[in-house]
Amino acid sequence: MHTERIKPIVMPKWGLSMSEGKITGWLKQPGSTVNVGDDLLEVETDKITNVVEAGDAGTLRRVLAEPGNVYPVKSLIAVLADPDVPDAEVDAFVAGFAVPKGDDEEGGEESSPQYLFADTPAGTLRYAKRGDGNRTVLLVHGFGGDLDNWLFNIDALAEKATVYALDLPGHGQSTKAIADPSLAGLSAALRGFMDTVGIGSAHLVGHSMGGAVSMQTALDAPDRVDSLALIASAGLGREINHAYIQGFVAATGRRDLKPVLEQLFADTGLVSRQLVEDLLKYKRLDGVDGALRALSGALFTNGEQARVLAADVAGTGKPTLVVWGQEDRIIPAAHATALGSGSRTEVIPNAGHMVQMEAAGTVNALLKEHIGK
Amino acid sequence: MARKISMKQAINEALDLEMTRDPTVIVMGEDIVGGTGSPGEDDAWGGVLGVTKGLHAKHGDRLMDTPLSESAYIGAAIGAATCGLRPVAELMFIDFMGVCFDQIFNQAAKFRYMFGGKAETPVVIRAMVGAGFRAAAQHSQMLTPIFTHIPGVKVVCPSNAYDAKGLLIQSIRDNDPVIFCEHKNLYGLECDVPAESYAIPFGEANVLRDGDDVTIVSYGLTVHRAMEAAEALAKEKVEAEVIDLRTLSPIDWDTVIDSVERTGRLVVVDEAHPRCSIASDVAAFVGQNAFGALKAGVQMVTAPHVPVPFSPVLEDLYIPNAAAIADAARRTLAPTGTSPRSIAA
Amino acid sequence: MTENPFPLSRDDLLKAYRIMRTIREFEERLHIDFAKGDIPGFVHLYAGEEASAAGIMMHLKDNDRIASTHRGHGHCIAKGVDVHEMMAEIYGRSTGACRGKGGSMHIADLSKGMMGANGILGAGAPLVCGAALAAKVRGDGGVGISFVGDGASNQGTFLESLNLAAVWNLPAIFVVENNGYAESTARDWAVAVDSYIDRASGFGLPGVTVDGTDFFAVYEAAGEIIRRAREGGGPALLECNMVRFYGHFEGDAQTYRAKGEVEAIRASRDCIKIFAERVIEAGVIPRAELEAIDRQVLDLIEDAVRAARGAPLPAPAELLTDVYVAY
Repeated sequence: MHTERIKPIVMPKWGLSMSEGKITGWLKQPGSTVNVGDDLLEVETDKITNVVEAGDAGTLRRVLAEPGNVYPVKSLIAVLADPDVPDAEVDAFVAGFAVPKGDDEEGGEESSPQYLFADTPAGTLRYAKRGDGNRTVLLVHGFGGDLDNWLFNIDALAEKATVYALDLPGHGQSTKAIADPSLAGLSAALRGFMDTVGIGSAHLVGHSMGGAVSMQTALDAPDRVDSLALIASAGLGREINHAYIQGFVAATGRRDLKPVLEQLFADTGLVSRQLVEDLLKYKRLDGVDGALRALSGALFTNGEQARVLAADVAGTGKPTLVVWGQEDRIIPAAHATALGSGSRTEVIPNAGHMVQMEAAGTVNALLKEHIGK
Repeated sequence: MARKISMKQAINEALDLEMTRDPTVIVMGEDIVGGTGSPGEDDAWGGVLGVTKGLHAKHGDRLMDTPLSESAYIGAAIGAATCGLRPVAELMFIDFMGVCFDQIFNQAAKFRYMFGGKAETPVVIRAMVGAGFRAAAQHSQMLTPIFTHIPGVKVVCPSNAYDAKGLLIQSIRDNDPVIFCEHKNLYGLECDVPAESYAIPFGEANVLRDGDDVTIVSYGLTVHRAMEAAEALAKEKVEAEVIDLRTLSPIDWDTVIDSVERTGRLVVVDEAHPRCSIASDVAAFVGQNAFGALKAGVQMVTAPHVPVPFSPVLEDLYIPNAAAIADAARRTLAPTGTSPRSIAA
Repeated sequence: MTENPFPLSRDDLLKAYRIMRTIREFEERLHIDFAKGDIPGFVHLYAGEEASAAGIMMHLKDNDRIASTHRGHGHCIAKGVDVHEMMAEIYGRSTGACRGKGGSMHIADLSKGMMGANGILGAGAPLVCGAALAAKVRGDGGVGISFVGDGASNQGTFLESLNLAAVWNLPAIFVVENNGYAESTARDWAVAVDSYIDRASGFGLPGVTVDGTDFFAVYEAAGEIIRRAREGGGPALLECNMVRFYGHFEGDAQTYRAKGEVEAIRASRDCIKIFAERVIEAGVIPRAELEAIDRQVLDLIEDAVRAARGAPLPAPAELLTDVYVAY
């Protein structure tokens, strides 16, 4: 579609529902040199604002999208090219650029469905699958979350691996029945999912409660776990913001849920109306309230975490990466060092509990390096 | 998982799910099955607009056609509700409530209070509301304010399929009488709706659009006109916050007041007539409780104080439209003293 | 004792007498106390009509539902509503059946199957269709009984309900308590048919007319209709021709009645006197035993009045409670 010397920068598509994005500002000026991974611009969707990073290197030859305006996903918003490419060629590229066919159409470049469902022993679980690399990565969200918590990570990781993300029982669009709300029960459900979709072993990437589920899996079935990446993970210490857990479980409306969700981010402005509404839509489903109460009762009893797995996990010898947002207000960043020198530990400034969303570029780079080892 | 379905399908699905979940849920109304006792097909209609189509085959005698006899069957639904059933009665057009109003406002609405808190009347009365169907004066009214006036009944009026399903499920599970108003011109409108059961709590308005310049409050069909107006205003760099009340009794005053305290300007849009309407109710409440925040007089955009006309050219003039809403918003933004007197249409 | 010629056991005869006597004394006492200005609002007395309530309600259980009228005290007592709670309600006290929020015209006790007295004439008939529908859906053999006066028998709700009950084949019974007056207007002027049997047959259901001052006539006719309804035979209408000892409401000068009419009916058509004479004459119950009940009932009513007068008034906060289950 484009010559190797001219590379388009398009409006990204983050998740199934994103159809357009609003440019909030360019972080690089026309003419500047861009390296892979550089922050290029900020885009606001109806769910969240995030930074778009450069996937290619070159000189920013054209900036086509203006701050404050809204552009459809995959539309051309800027052009990178080597300095010696003539302007006429760049202009011709811009003039001839065609937006690729959308995912909705059969045979497009992303012809596989965004969401899949697996009938597992724990019930029907929703999942997403991206990429076809040799390594297998399984993303496990936290309490009250779902696979869309990996919106900014899954495609980046899929560049070099086969990546799965699932909704745990009681979450997202998976079954709301939870037979056993303990870590062991959730781990059994996770392994049942791996059996059903044919994952022998995987690099487990767990966020918060999903980190504890991943650790439990490494203890109960070490041969199914290639490595652990624990992001703001539970199971590494006793402390947890119990008011958050209680507030999340109890909230029934926008006005009480929003301040609860703001605790998840360093930048509370990221909690958009749509983010709150999407979570309310989840919380209103029959069975969710019972599932969340069962989980919080089993995992976060008496205002603290019921289980600390740090010592046991350190003993497994599994390669382990621990990532935390320095401003985490749910589980203290001090827990990041709980595994001692046997694991790599990164604490990222200006990020909160949802560090994989707030500092997606940094976290993706760490994860790619960790999985690549 | 979510898929796009119409409001009509969403209502059918809510009834189906609740009838499956709870054997005390029964559904009655004129022609809601259709063809009962007639020589032709069973389940011939499924309601005059097909909302209950297919439910009779699944739930049998728990769906009941009634004689054309609103006082008797609406009263029967209310009486059955006090005896342990959860009836959903379809009044077809809300205009027909004139012939059975006693059963709603003197009976269902008052049992709990009159009997010292010892009665529960979990009945739902579904009825089509609203103009635009070329159905003239007796089949087109937005009579919501008549019901919000009455303590003891709850009043719901969804603007989309997602809300309709969740609010109807809540209405059926609710232990108080609920008047569930379905705008007939929204039946075909589709949006993402989860296949699962879910209940939307009453008294929780939906904020459809963020904005700091002016607050537009509405419900039902005119929510969509308000959104069109907001898009037009955005082109003029005026950001309107659009609030869909969803339930009119109870009503989410907090969301309205919070928004007005931020924007300082309020337009209330109501398909009902202007006098003693939802619009005048919201305007009065804001005037009493957030007067200090107001930078301009509250504007009401309502249907005029006339019956709904038949001729399409007149009916189209009758229904509040996006241009009128945007104009009202502009009036709130005009410098003090230059605002033309609002015409209560 | 001689053999009992009645269709009720001796115990049930005593029970029926106690019900009727309780209603009578309750109403006579209200007549006196209302005149003294002790009771707020207005009351409609059932005195003279007791045989209808007792003769029908003797067949009912708590899961059978009744909907009453504005003249509801008799139906309440016969259906088992607590007399102390009723009196306290009429006095507007917080210990009342409705915590002082309903008053005379809205006494209800759903746990006893009493769906409420009703200030709207004819409104109970559709509600009873619903109660009968609920019984039919549950299959519990329950029936619903709607009471109307001859006045409310002209209401559309009543006539629509006759049709709905017939179409749905409901275990519903419609009792027309015909005391000759719709408020002050003569029944014979306001109702165009001579017999309610004609009205019932116009809607496709059986009708029976009985002398409502004859407890045994009411009891036997109601028994047959109720049995039929319980067995799935559908609705019916029962007309009880009876007399009203007092006015439409207390304070009604009753100038529309004939001179001497009330004295005459009290002398010759008092359903309690008629009942007592029958059971005494038959040798089934001695007069002394009935007189003992009379004394107990007087004590009960005296105690209910004393308790009601001493009971607390509703707290101001009660104004705003019990509107919704949750709002």
